[in-house]
Amino acid sequence: MTRRAVARTFVCLSLVGATVVVLLPLVVVLLTSLKTEQEMAEADGALSLPGNPLNFDNYVTAFQDGRMLSAFGNTALILVVAIGGTVLIGSMTAYAIDRFTFRFKKLVVALFLVAALVPGVTTQVATFQIVNSLGMFDTLWAPIVLYMGTDIVSIYIFLQFVRSIPISLDESARLEGANAFTIYRKIIFPLLKPAIATVVIVKGITVYNDFYIPFLYMPSEDLGVISTSLFRFRGPYAAHWETISAGAVLVILPTLIVFLFLQRFIYNGFMRGATR
Amino acid sequence: MAATAQQTVEKTSAGAEIAAPARGRRWRGVTPWLFLIAPLTLLIVFTYAPIANMVAYSFTDWDGVSPELHYTGADNYTEIFTREDLFRVFFVSGYYLAASAVQIAAALYFATILSFNVRFRNFFKGVLFFPYLINGVAIGFVFLYFFQDGGTLDSVLSLFGVHTDHAWLGTSTSANTSLAGVSVWRYLGLNFVLFLGAIQSIPGELYEAAELDGANRWHQFRYIIAPGIKPVLSLTVILSISGSLSVFEIPYIMTGGATGTETFVIQTVNLAFRFNKTGLASAAAVVLLLIILLVTWVQRRMVPDDKVDLV
Repeated sequence: MTRRAVARTFVCLSLVGATVVVLLPLVVVLLTSLKTEQEMAEADGALSLPGNPLNFDNYVTAFQDGRMLSAFGNTALILVVAIGGTVLIGSMTAYAIDRFTFRFKKLVVALFLVAALVPGVTTQVATFQIVNSLGMFDTLWAPIVLYMGTDIVSIYIFLQFVRSIPISLDESARLEGANAFTIYRKIIFPLLKPAIATVVIVKGITVYNDFYIPFLYMPSEDLGVISTSLFRFRGPYAAHWETISAGAVLVILPTLIVFLFLQRFIYNGFMRGATR
Repeated sequence: MAATAQQTVEKTSAGAEIAAPARGRRWRGVTPWLFLIAPLTLLIVFTYAPIANMVAYSFTDWDGVSPELHYTGADNYTEIFTREDLFRVFFVSGYYLAASAVQIAAALYFATILSFNVRFRNFFKGVLFFPYLINGVAIGFVFLYFFQDGGTLDSVLSLFGVHTDHAWLGTSTSANTSLAGVSVWRYLGLNFVLFLGAIQSIPGELYEAAELDGANRWHQFRYIIAPGIKPVLSLTVILSISGSLSVFEIPYIMTGGATGTETFVIQTVNLAFRFNKTGLASAAAVVLLLIILLVTWVQRRMVPDDKVDLV
């Protein structure tokens, strides 16, 4: 065998190996979620196939007893409000910073810049006290406001896009008598559609997956989002891996669907978000 | 686009004519602030006020609830660096740092080979990236089952005739290694996609020219790809270091910080919300924040990045 062929075989094997490492844990959980309690007890290893591949009982249990339905509701509500707010706030900030000169502009920009460097996990000890004193502890408002208020990445993304919109558009509108708000609403905002799509996707996935903030700020069971509701499976179903697995699959499935349909946007979005 | 602009103009021109020039000028001074008022308020209330408070709390013995608090000077800081059980969490970060090195190397490898034409390239790209998108709690459960007695890992090993009754999450070293492995599984995809993007933005003619000059694949990597991805690489290193220091989700969900897997953030959360030691927890958080800012500053100094300029 030539050296080149060896190299090619090695590359192929490593790719297949990586695929197995990534997919195997997920596939096993999917298989487990379809097994019955009895099959689990008789257990001839985690890799065995479920007797009936259409056995969705565990999903019913997860949905009903695990309160996944209300969790999806809460998550959806937070998603819509927080993302709407982020889009408005981010685009307004970007517009103000890029299109106006005003006193203390440098200071304002520096405030946003430095805030981007502060990891949210470090400051929660003190943020908690503020959220609490505003009466938002254990309400849906806590995560909504925190997701809206501490997202510097989307401001960066909007800023890049606002910059690429020619100023001549603003100017001609202004000459015709349009004021700043009209320009923002009728010219800038509609032209930001690609940026909005990026922010919605990236922010959506981040919010959907976040565990830390809802866990800290919404201990009530009624306010469970998908992360915290799934986390609560630990107690009552500790030994029932088939139910826990069903819950995990329920949570992963929407992400998979979104990923399959929006792949390209997702890669670009996360690249832009990380290399801001 | 032009049509929207036209419409706008027609609608608003009627009302705006009346505005006197002087009034218009004053308004122009206020306008940006009208746009900034909500974002700035949120920024100050939820980022800067907490930082200021946190620094203030860190010099007190406050418990987070009672109206009483005493100024204790730098006692909290001394405690963090001298009490061995508090300091130990930094060693746990070592596991995640080592894992990050593995992760970056693997991401670089896969990004390089997938930047060449490989069959099923998009499939492999998707597979490698997907774990990054999965909910952390779900990942925690998937891997709890993976490391379970008789779970996925044991079953796979027994296929190869290896039978262990080793409890993967049972001892400190084994548990931390397993958890760090999970974090590689989870975050490899992001690094990989970042590297791949950087590599693919290198113009293809460079490779062709190099090939004409007799460069092999390794030369191409060494002299074309490596310099091209330097900025992304340095960014990734920073993200990995600050990420290794602020690990929370995976160990908290999987072990709750038991068997010596407690990380800095788990410890801080426990101090603040379980043991009501807000003062001490604040000091710990300040230390973490300073370390992360320091690391970022070093990186910015080493690799001047022209992308950061906001204006």
